[in-house]
Amino acid sequence: MSPAPMSPAFPAFSRLLHWLMALMIIAMLFIGIGMQASLADYHWLLSVHRPLGIAILVLAAVRLLNRRVSPPPALPAGMPGVLAFAAHASHVALYALMFAVPLVGWAMLSAARYPVVLYGSLVLPPILPQNDMVFAILRTTHTVLALALFALILAHIGAALMHAIAFRDGVFQSMANWRLRPVRACSGASGR
Amino acid sequence: MQSEPDPSKDTYRLWPPGPRLLAALGASALVALALAGGLAYAGGLFTPGRLTQRAIVDTFQKINGVHPGFRRNHTKGACIAGHFESNGAGQRLSKAVVFAPGTLPVTGRFAVAVGKPFVPDNKTQVRSLALRFELPGGEEWRTGMNDIPVFPVPTAQDFTGLMTATAPDPATGKPDPARVSAFFGAHPEVAAALKRITGRPFASGFANASYNSLDAFRFVAADGTVTPVRWAMMAVDPDVAEPADQPGTPDPDYLFDDLAARLARGPVEWHLVATIGQPGDPTADATLPWPDDRQKVDLGTLTIDHIEAEAAGNCRDVNFDPLVLPAGIEPSDDPLLSARSAAYSVSFTRRAGEPKSPSEVQFPAQGGAPQ
Ligand code: HEM
Ligand code: HEM
Ligand code: HEM
Repeated sequence: MSPAPMSPAFPAFSRLLHWLMALMIIAMLFIGIGMQASLADYHWLLSVHRPLGIAILVLAAVRLLNRRVSPPPALPAGMPGVLAFAAHASHVALYALMFAVPLVGWAMLSAARYPVVLYGSLVLPPILPQNDMVFAILRTTHTVLALALFALILAHIGAALMHAIAFRDGVFQSMANWRLRPVRACSGASGR
Repeated sequence: MQSEPDPSKDTYRLWPPGPRLLAALGASALVALALAGGLAYAGGLFTPGRLTQRAIVDTFQKINGVHPGFRRNHTKGACIAGHFESNGAGQRLSKAVVFAPGTLPVTGRFAVAVGKPFVPDNKTQVRSLALRFELPGGEEWRTGMNDIPVFPVPTAQDFTGLMTATAPDPATGKPDPARVSAFFGAHPEVAAALKRITGRPFASGFANASYNSLDAFRFVAADGTVTPVRWAMMAVDPDVAEPADQPGTPDPDYLFDDLAARLARGPVEWHLVATIGQPGDPTADATLPWPDDRQKVDLGTLTIDHIEAEAAGNCRDVNFDPLVLPAGIEPSDDPLLSARSAAYSVSFTRRAGEPKSPSEVQFPAQGGAPQ
């Protein structure tokens, strides 16, 4: 085993969840920001925003459970503690926001007494009692957390590109990997 | 965990930055710029001329002043409650549960269509009725209706244009005639609609006025058939025309006080009537009436038996967004609908976060015959 094996790839289902949710979340940021500035598209964008956001909430729960069942591969052994900590902390924060942003969306609509319509006659029950001040605070919170999520995603993509271009330690390939069966992602400079 | 000897200590070197690190940083910066730029574009940062919901509500605030905690339009109002009894006739047109035979609770709000909370009632020309039907399973139907036959403008752009053109000039306190006539010159359809609106018979109060959806909607039946409709709440109380000029100083809240007095004598009723659009009837232009001979279907009876002042948790804190619709009622291609939904959301969000003060409209404790 020399040179040291690079990070093995994430299980296929974990990769599927990661990329599906990445697309959904980025789409949601565009929908959310876009509908605030579009009179003509506001209604249909919001009609997509609610069910897509709730789908993200459900998938985040599935993803967290899946992480228990099939844990992610360990980071490369040589990664300095600070970087490993930053990676871990940013993933925790990403998970927290993948739950918090849609939950706040649902809670704020509940506090404002809007029916949380998903599709047709499918309506979610309110999760907070009606209170206009609580709505106002949560409405701002939804924006702030969504923007925090966006900032974190940018940092996360930056880190992914560091792994891909600068470190070449196989971490990028462990997620950006399109093979169905879990494989060892052995590309990368020091692996050759 | 990190005890294994690292074959290449350089792998994670950040300083001094090597060419690969710089390339990675450059790539990250490009991605960040592209995504942030895309979001800014979606948010309208590069199209400052485009009318947004925020700009519409800013226009209301510019013209009427900011009245914290109050609606930015239809500001002066009172909360009502009652029920809707469906006769089942709407079932063949729409699968919405509200049209199945039976009775549903309804709350709502009467208001005058001015953006100032303390405007005297006799200085207002348009009255409104907003309703919220609570359906089983958490669905709701919200609708805001006005007592005019057509809406003055076809789009939100024209709405803002009309508001701005007819706003009082700060110097004279009156609209600038040159700007008004320039606007009407460029918008003959608005002038024509306003003629219809000012020429309508003007009911003496809230109870005997009829209220129109103005915007068209689509009823979707269980078998998927789509029918374009406009609906109205048709008064049952006899239509008494308003006397042109009341002697003496009128009660500034006479519309609301009269309604409370009327309710003290018993519940007030309206018929919910759908007008069925035919192919070719304009659905995307609320300034145009539909021909008089269109079929009208009576869907049921609205009974209002309670009135109270705006307060925490009642109609004050509800957004009568016209696009809160149950399955079976859908928006038409009328551009006003999505624009209203967007603007009401901004108005609601702003007022929800502001400190509240009591409405001008108050009722003595015994008034309003609460049941
Ligand atoms: C939109 C949003 C994204 C979110 C919310 C997100 C979230 C996450 C999370 C939570 C993890 C930890 C592993 C897990 O539990 O799934 C992860 C890993 C990873 N992501 Fe993303 N991701 C996003 C977009 C991207 C993009 C665009 C890239 C590539 C350019 C990327 C590359 C990676 C890589 C390489 C890993 C593996 C890191 C490791 O082994 O620890 N991600 N992502
Ligand atoms: C991951 C999930 C979500 C993301 C990334 C997201 C993102 C956003 C963003 C960026 C905005 C615009 C904020 C602003 O410009 O002020 C927004 C607004 C909004 N979001 Fe979400 N959101 C998510 C989930 C949800 C959910 C689940 C709901 C409700 C069920 C929801 C309801 C809303 C509403 C009602 C608005 C504001 C509409 C208005 O003010 O007119 N969101 N969201
Ligand atoms: C683009 C055109 C329009 C704009 C910008 C507009 C704007 C507004 C705003 C900002 C409010 C206050 C919302 C709130 O804070 O709850 C309001 C209320 C209202 N509007 Fe409109 N409106 C428009 C067209 C219409 C039309 C076509 C109708 C038709 C019937 C209508 C009927 C009402 C009613 C009934 C209310 C009062 C609802 C209540 O009592 O809470 N509006 N409007």
